[in-house]
Amino acid sequence: MSDSRGGSDKLEISFTVNGEPKKVRSYPMERLLDVLRLGLGLTGAKEGCGEGECGSCSVLMDGTLVNSCLVPALQAAGTSIVTIEGLAHGERLHVLQEAFLECGGAQCGICTPGMILAALHLLNQKPEPTIENIREGFSGNLCRCTGYSQILEAVAEAARRRSTA
Amino acid sequence: MNADPIVGKSVPRKEGRDKVTGRSQYVDDMTLPNMLFGATVRSQIPRGRIKKITFGPDIAWDEFVVVSANDIPGKNCISLIGDDQPCLATEFVNHPEEPILLLAHPDRHLLPTAVQAVSIEYDPLPAIFTIDESERCTQVIWGENNVFKTYLIEKGDLDSVWEKAGYIVEGEYTTGAQEQLYIENNGMIAAFDPAHGITVWGSLQCPYYIHKALMALCNLPAEKVRVVQMETGGAFGGKEDYPSMIAAHAALLAIKSGRPVKIIYDRLEDMVATTKRHPSRTRHRTAVSRDGKILGGEIDFTIDGGAYATLSSVVLSRGAIHAGGPYYWPSVRIRAKAVATNAPPHGAFRGFGAPQSLFAMERHMDRIAQTVGLSPVEIRRRNFLQPGQATTTEQVVREPIDLGKLLDRALEISDYHAKRQSFASRHQVGTFRKGMGIAAFLHGAGFTGSGERYLSSVVGVEGCADGSVRVLVSSTEFGQGTKTVLSQIAAEALGLPYENVIVAQPDTFEVPNSGPTVASRTVMVVGSLVKSAALGIAQILISSNLLREGYSPDEFRAACRQHVSKHGQFRCWSRYEAPAGIFWDDEKYRGEAYAAFAWAVYIAEVTVDLTTYSVSVDDFVALQEVGRVLHPLLARGQIIGGVAQGIGFSLYEKVVWQNGRMQNGQMTNYIMPTSSDLPPIRVFFEELGNVHGAYGAKGIGELPMDGPAPAVVNAVEDALGTRFDSIPLLPEEIMDALLDPSRQNDATLSCEGR
Repeated sequence: MSDSRGGSDKLEISFTVNGEPKKVRSYPMERLLDVLRLGLGLTGAKEGCGEGECGSCSVLMDGTLVNSCLVPALQAAGTSIVTIEGLAHGERLHVLQEAFLECGGAQCGICTPGMILAALHLLNQKPEPTIENIREGFSGNLCRCTGYSQILEAVAEAARRRSTA
Repeated sequence: MNADPIVGKSVPRKEGRDKVTGRSQYVDDMTLPNMLFGATVRSQIPRGRIKKITFGPDIAWDEFVVVSANDIPGKNCISLIGDDQPCLATEFVNHPEEPILLLAHPDRHLLPTAVQAVSIEYDPLPAIFTIDESERCTQVIWGENNVFKTYLIEKGDLDSVWEKAGYIVEGEYTTGAQEQLYIENNGMIAAFDPAHGITVWGSLQCPYYIHKALMALCNLPAEKVRVVQMETGGAFGGKEDYPSMIAAHAALLAIKSGRPVKIIYDRLEDMVATTKRHPSRTRHRTAVSRDGKILGGEIDFTIDGGAYATLSSVVLSRGAIHAGGPYYWPSVRIRAKAVATNAPPHGAFRGFGAPQSLFAMERHMDRIAQTVGLSPVEIRRRNFLQPGQATTTEQVVREPIDLGKLLDRALEISDYHAKRQSFASRHQVGTFRKGMGIAAFLHGAGFTGSGERYLSSVVGVEGCADGSVRVLVSSTEFGQGTKTVLSQIAAEALGLPYENVIVAQPDTFEVPNSGPTVASRTVMVVGSLVKSAALGIAQILISSNLLREGYSPDEFRAACRQHVSKHGQFRCWSRYEAPAGIFWDDEKYRGEAYAAFAWAVYIAEVTVDLTTYSVSVDDFVALQEVGRVLHPLLARGQIIGGVAQGIGFSLYEKVVWQNGRMQNGQMTNYIMPTSSDLPPIRVFFEELGNVHGAYGAKGIGELPMDGPAPAVVNAVEDALGTRFDSIPLLPEEIMDALLDPSRQNDATLSCEGR
């Protein structure tokens, strides 16, 4: 971890998180990951590597999948962020969350929030992905437990349910 | 009772909802009021005497808490099997990244600069980094001869076999270090107050290992040390011993500061400073008859343990016992040795020595096949252990396992013969070369030999006020599904719905010591205890006349509620007892090494691209006999995940060492398989059942790590006709070998059909 304050003062940064407007005071170069986790208490995004390799900190920023460990807070100003906490409606799980549960897509669970957001991004781009689309769509998210098969199956299952819903 | 069996069904993972919604609390998600953040100042050299420590200018040191070995209230060691590893180095350092000082500050951002500002002057001492250097004793860095531990396993009259042999086949095989690379880095939080003692919360596998280590370090009685497992983001053995070190560091900072302290490693620190799989070297010399039967052999198995003994003796033991593979050895002499080098101590990683020695065995079987002129299939078939025969430790196989049948099924599923023929008929010209490789292997479940008897695990089951039952175990969940499967077992035993069983958070104040969560022992050993403790709860209710035999779940819940309201909380405990007739001789390393073995045949199909020298695995068949499969979805997930790690071990994951320090401690340059790198991994089970485990289950967690590396490398050899005896097998190694004519096999002709 480096000192991300870069000698600057804190700024007020406004953005939307999971549909709600939020204001935080943060150093401009502070990582979005830290703003979410420490500033807003949204601990679903995880730090696995801190350098954009593992994807455990993945969130959606204006619909694009980003590694929140690589996004400075200032860059997130004015954007709309979706984190794992924004997917379920109360106790009703998102179709991807259900599919991950049923297909064994989550083992230790640490990569799961990032995986589910990567899946959401993929299905938004390609509602009926091929297995190759899914494999490619996940090559930026590392999982050490599953060997990926059951994650890929979960995404395919969620796509099937969305198309028949 | 339940009409519908719960065991054998893929019920929802207990903590699954929390995991898919991001609500699970991992250690870095937890914050305590007034908390400080801790960091570790580490050795920059592999070996030397610490001359002077200077705290640099421009840092407000008075704001920092600084801990050295002088602040340790008890013994300066991480107590495990032996006590040789210091918690903080004092006079000497013995490996790079060895902890020397600890710092804490309320602002975590200030720590990296402060760590950098501590400068340490050393008198460097000569260091050793390889098994060969350690054996030559050019420098003695541990004990009298750098040897942590040796074992000798002897069976039969080996000396008489050499003259009878039709062939004597020799080979040397090596495996590299492998990083566990759980996605959640290590972390701990500690809090201290004089009245209650020390509490730690963390990412960990073995709460009672940490409990023991903290008692010795802090000089506190058992009741003043509390260890709580948070949700743990992967472990694979990598959170078996090192968490005791981090807990110790957090505890020392908490004791000195009087405030809670959180230590979270970043990826680099986790990779360069914590444990990895032991590098190994195995030498085989085997006497084989003219018709391809093993008559006997010598196996020398040596592992690099790093600078301190830690778990090396037990890793060595498992590696040695598995070194003969699933074959019948009329005579054998296995010499096993763990040696010291000036690298950070190597530790537990899924398979625990067995993937190393089995890689050698299964590569060697292909070499024997070539020498004798038999196919890889036939050489294995002629040497498989049969029921009634004895393993290298003289353990008689009592299960009705038919390895020949297992092999046939794997060959059929993988379409082995047709594919191999078609690859051969294409004369293997052009850029892409294809090959098939087989690995047959076994994996013992539970602690080795008398290990379970010494552990003497205890499990509790509690009847709760709402009529449900709660399982009390120190077994931890870190992805395998511990909570789910133990709940299934308790529910099945009591005839209750799965939802009526919960599993307590592992917390040493609450749960008994049911042993560490390692060695593929949770389902088989702890599961059996859960079953008997659960049955004990029903017995309590029946004997107090609140319940009758043949009860319904509603009746059970009502009786349970009544019992709690009358007598308060009630619990039933169950303690491990070794099955009758189990014999193990620790001195001679002979007897029943494991209560049960799982058996497997894996087949890999690969393509080698001669433009890039890269290998892709195109298909992978994993067929195993693991007793009864209690949860098909979790079991399949375990196997696929293990195979993926095994493919990483064989083709991708190379730790680059320089002077005992890992040079590629990042996910950018230490490469684990991504979703694009893996083939479809096809998983199949045979179910024979097993008398020892709960509902016939054996261990499953480590098994899938053992087979992929030899299967993949055997397939690469099949594709190229070139011998490869070291892993990881990276493209540059393949290129070097192909450009070196002396590496081409003598026996590249296909011997199929003989």
